[in-house]
Amino acid sequence: MSKAAAVREPFIRITKRDKMPIWKKIIIYVVAIILALAVSALFIFFVTKLNPIDVYKTMWQGAFGGITDTVKKLHRSVTIRDICTLLLLGVALAPAFKMKFWNCGAEGQMLMGGVATAFMMINLADAGLPNWLLLVIMCVSAVIFGAVWGLIPAIFKAVWNTNETLFTLMMNYVAIQITSFCVAKWENPYGSNSVGIINQATQVGWFPTWFGQKYVLNIIIAIIATVAMFIYLKKTKQGYEIAVVGESKNTAKYAGISVKKVIIRTMIISGAVCGLAGFVGVAGVDHTISTSTAGGRGFTAIIVAWLAKFNTFFMVAITLLIIFLNRGASEIASKFALNEYASNIITGIILFFILGCEFFITYKMNFRKSAKEA
Amino acid sequence: METNYAVEMKNVTKTFGSTVANNNVSLTIKKGEILSLLGENGSGKTTIMNMLAGIYFPDSGQIYINGKEESIRSPKDAYDLGIGMIHQHFKLVDIFSATENVILGQEGKERLNKKAVAARIREICDKYGFDVDPDKKVYNMSVSEKQTLEIVKVIYRGADILILDEPTAVLTPQETEKLFTVIRNMRAAGKAIVIITHKLHEVLSISDRVTILRKGEYVGTVDTKDANEMILTEMMVGKKVELNIDRKEPENTVKRLEVKNLSCYNKEGRLALDNISFTANAGEILGIAGISGCGEKELLESIAGLQKTARGSVIFNDPESGQEIELIGKNPKAIKNLGIALSFVPEDRLGMGLVGSMGMIENMMLRDYNKEGVIFLNKSKPKQVAEAIKEELGVVTPSINTPVSRLSGGNVQKVLVGREISSAPAVLMTAYAVRGLDINTSYSIYNLLNKQKENGVAVLYVGEDLDVLLALCDRILVLCGGKMSGIVDARTTTKEEVGLMMTSIRKGDTKDE
Amino acid sequence: MDSVISLIQAAVVFGTVIMFGCIGEIMSEKAGNLNLGVPGIMYIGAIASLASVFMYESHVAEPNKAVCVIIALVSCFAASALAGLIYSFLTITLRANQNVTGLTLTIFGSGIANFFGGSLNKMAGGVGQISVANTSEAFRARIPGLSSLGAFGKIFFSYGFMVYVAIILAILVNYFLKRTRKGLNLRAVGENPATADAAGVNVTKYKYFATVIGAGISGLGGVYYVMDYIKGTWANDGTIEKLGWLAVALVIFATWKSVNAIWGAYLFGILYWAYFYIPNLTRASQELFKMIPYVVTIIVLLFVSLRKKKENQAPAHLGLSYFREER
Repeated sequence: MSKAAAVREPFIRITKRDKMPIWKKIIIYVVAIILALAVSALFIFFVTKLNPIDVYKTMWQGAFGGITDTVKKLHRSVTIRDICTLLLLGVALAPAFKMKFWNCGAEGQMLMGGVATAFMMINLADAGLPNWLLLVIMCVSAVIFGAVWGLIPAIFKAVWNTNETLFTLMMNYVAIQITSFCVAKWENPYGSNSVGIINQATQVGWFPTWFGQKYVLNIIIAIIATVAMFIYLKKTKQGYEIAVVGESKNTAKYAGISVKKVIIRTMIISGAVCGLAGFVGVAGVDHTISTSTAGGRGFTAIIVAWLAKFNTFFMVAITLLIIFLNRGASEIASKFALNEYASNIITGIILFFILGCEFFITYKMNFRKSAKEA
Repeated sequence: METNYAVEMKNVTKTFGSTVANNNVSLTIKKGEILSLLGENGSGKTTIMNMLAGIYFPDSGQIYINGKEESIRSPKDAYDLGIGMIHQHFKLVDIFSATENVILGQEGKERLNKKAVAARIREICDKYGFDVDPDKKVYNMSVSEKQTLEIVKVIYRGADILILDEPTAVLTPQETEKLFTVIRNMRAAGKAIVIITHKLHEVLSISDRVTILRKGEYVGTVDTKDANEMILTEMMVGKKVELNIDRKEPENTVKRLEVKNLSCYNKEGRLALDNISFTANAGEILGIAGISGCGEKELLESIAGLQKTARGSVIFNDPESGQEIELIGKNPKAIKNLGIALSFVPEDRLGMGLVGSMGMIENMMLRDYNKEGVIFLNKSKPKQVAEAIKEELGVVTPSINTPVSRLSGGNVQKVLVGREISSAPAVLMTAYAVRGLDINTSYSIYNLLNKQKENGVAVLYVGEDLDVLLALCDRILVLCGGKMSGIVDARTTTKEEVGLMMTSIRKGDTKDE
Repeated sequence: MDSVISLIQAAVVFGTVIMFGCIGEIMSEKAGNLNLGVPGIMYIGAIASLASVFMYESHVAEPNKAVCVIIALVSCFAASALAGLIYSFLTITLRANQNVTGLTLTIFGSGIANFFGGSLNKMAGGVGQISVANTSEAFRARIPGLSSLGAFGKIFFSYGFMVYVAIILAILVNYFLKRTRKGLNLRAVGENPATADAAGVNVTKYKYFATVIGAGISGLGGVYYVMDYIKGTWANDGTIEKLGWLAVALVIFATWKSVNAIWGAYLFGILYWAYFYIPNLTRASQELFKMIPYVVTIIVLLFVSLRKKKENQAPAHLGLSYFREER
């Protein structure tokens, strides 16, 4: 290094910001997303030689539009359906993350909920119960299964401080194998290695069609869960306890809060809502069960919950963005004969940019003043 | 260019967000001298030295090392310039051995030769009279062993400019004297040494010159031989300090808290409290003195129901019912449910007493959010309390919703003490209630405590400043290494007596009751 | 006896895939970076090697096997390291959350791999049609003579060279972390970056180095998977992702020591394939058997947290980003 350089201050120095006005934050996010779309466009162009604008137009069509009204309706209802499921999972993770419990097990908790739902659907198909009662039974069992799957790592975290990130991750795969086991047990027709559409003829245990729409109940459940979780976290004593435990366990003990109890209770809730998502996924969407019932959404939900800073209403916006990308990508896959994994690539790029842009919200960069060099 | 100055800092400024930690500070350190950097907590002593050690980078100003302008961007740059700093919070890797910690970050042959390094460590130990086992893991070391290791580390690196940040805070007087001997030896070897401290007698006994900082600004430098405690205090605090705390004679004292044969173990499984017995009376302030780590933390936490105890009992005499209630075996919630108003200002304000990310209102709820309502929080009463505290104690905050972690140390403490007093306690325990606060805030805290005493509260005051303990308290319980050295009358005792009791047990000489 | 040997062989092949992933992740975690992007990185490594070798094999009349192997390894390492660089830039320089960035990298990696994997299959004439026989053969070549030494030869020498590379790598990484100056500095960064920083270790540089090199090593699991495990083909079936998570699990199982990853990986392999060698299992109960590696990992995790031995714990600063001027 030359002598002159040795006395210079570093080119860029990073310091923490005090606070940033909300409009500036929004601008940063928007710029990040635009940059991400530009990078994705370059990628699309270089790989496929397609006009990226056309591709984005098609994506928009795939998510919200369509050539005919029927197609449009279909696209929109599928988009809304997918938003509901992902949103439920994001909402489920909010209390755990707020408590700084890294629940990476939404995938498994949802699957367990789905398994319980499918079990009831199959076994109570001929019981002659009214459909609403069957739905309630399915829902309750799904919630219990999900809660138990969340409870197990919580107990070990509470009592022995076992690393929950790794524990919940492993629990996902245990759940996947249990699902495979059940699929093999319940396969229909025999030898197909899939459960097939459950109760296809009778539609027993399916979500009802209301106002000519198949997904009304999905929407209702998602909205209730989102609003309820928001109130739970912000307005209730238990929500307050979660916030205190998340900030400092010592403070919680000092305040007379039983940390163990809060960890266990919160993870029961988190797992239960994941189980609920499994119920919605099986009874309200797929009408079958397989290892891909959760389809990686348990992991995507972690990103949703994190980016929304555990605020359930911000989750709606982020879920919308991600589902738009997914739906859009599967549309371009079919239209341009591309592979639908393109959506994972674009989602990845956009998330990278959003994650990166948060740096500019938390930190300030101080460039070297050129006057000093003299 | 040959120069007498090892370090010259010129017009150095450093800000953190909107707080100015150092404003236009200039100071010099000569070769072969011991410079004391004196100032109250929060005066920017550590920050300015951290810039020398490459931890922070100044916003503006120049640093000259041995007469040459240098830019110290990282600790590595600092080491290359022969600057070594021993931080107050030890910079050691817990799971490493002493040897591994010494090698860390050093250049040399890629393959580690731990044996050679261990031999060199022993050599240094022999030369200065240190006692370090090179193979011992840091997590098995005591505080003073860790500090010794830190010093060995810096010497090993051959630093010519040594900075020690409050090195005596955790040491016994004997260990301090030993340290000072070493420091004098290093001065004789021509090294430049800076000691950051706020203990005046140490400044006077060890240093050649004293540089004083106040509120981030440079106040002046004096030769130690021309200085005395009075002059230094004046420079440090800016104006003559009214050392008199308005202490009333205790009235209507009745037994409030009776601690009998209390023992407990700390996290590492060592005996932290050994058979402690005393009585705290309503209407008096009981001081608790001791070197940090003497069991004061465990004592308060045992009473508050936060620490598991091995033996003994804590009896609370209920002023209303006259009942005697055993507190041991109850957690904070259970104690509260019995209707016992036990307030506790813990040492770790933002890590235990308050929730940093929450505003004043939500922090007011911390102790009794559970009292009212079934499911939902009631924010109206905490809001009133927050507003009252802001008004009465003069808390400086943009709004009562601003996260308390953004407030200055003094205001954080006002929020905490204000909350604990607002619940009309029967017992008020405070741990280092004025640590890091400026003189004015400290005095307002003393006044608050005195007012509580006059209201018939039993106040327990854990403090580190003996002058304050002697001026504020009625009786002082002295702890030493988890054992009780005795209880003395604060009005008749002397600093020397308490100081001696803090470092050695006087058997069969407890003056209780 | 034969079935025991073939179980061991299957376990070794299986274990080698996750051993690479695990060694790389140990490097990264030792520097304090919990990289949950390992599955994505293995995906990227796999597809990069497959694609570049496919290009080479289809453009050259008589592909040279040594060149094939070099192309596969270099392209795999470079692409995986690049993925690690993305992760590093986001988590180290921009201080993004490690868990979320890692998961995003896994989504991104599976997207890239399956997108191009699908396209390659299409270019080669349909699903499952892509094949890089030459390279795969080179990867699977045995040491002549040794593999015919009866049971002994079958157990120890009936594998492609990557199996031995993995073992050597595990030992080298262990040596590096334990016995060298840089290794010591790197561990300090993961334990206590402020201390390392104060001691003059360039925390950022070490974190980048460990994560990028670690990602490169993890990616080798991907190349071994396509070239040896599935013999130079491609299928969009998500197996790599599953193996990637097992690699993350293996890090815990090995208590962050790469030599333990050697036997741990083979044990995982035995547990994973055990169902195949237990007679009279229904397909359903086979699925339950496949659960064992994960359950065993959970048990190890519990055991480690119960024993609280300092040396067996995760690096103290794992998952956290470091900002020097934090106050």
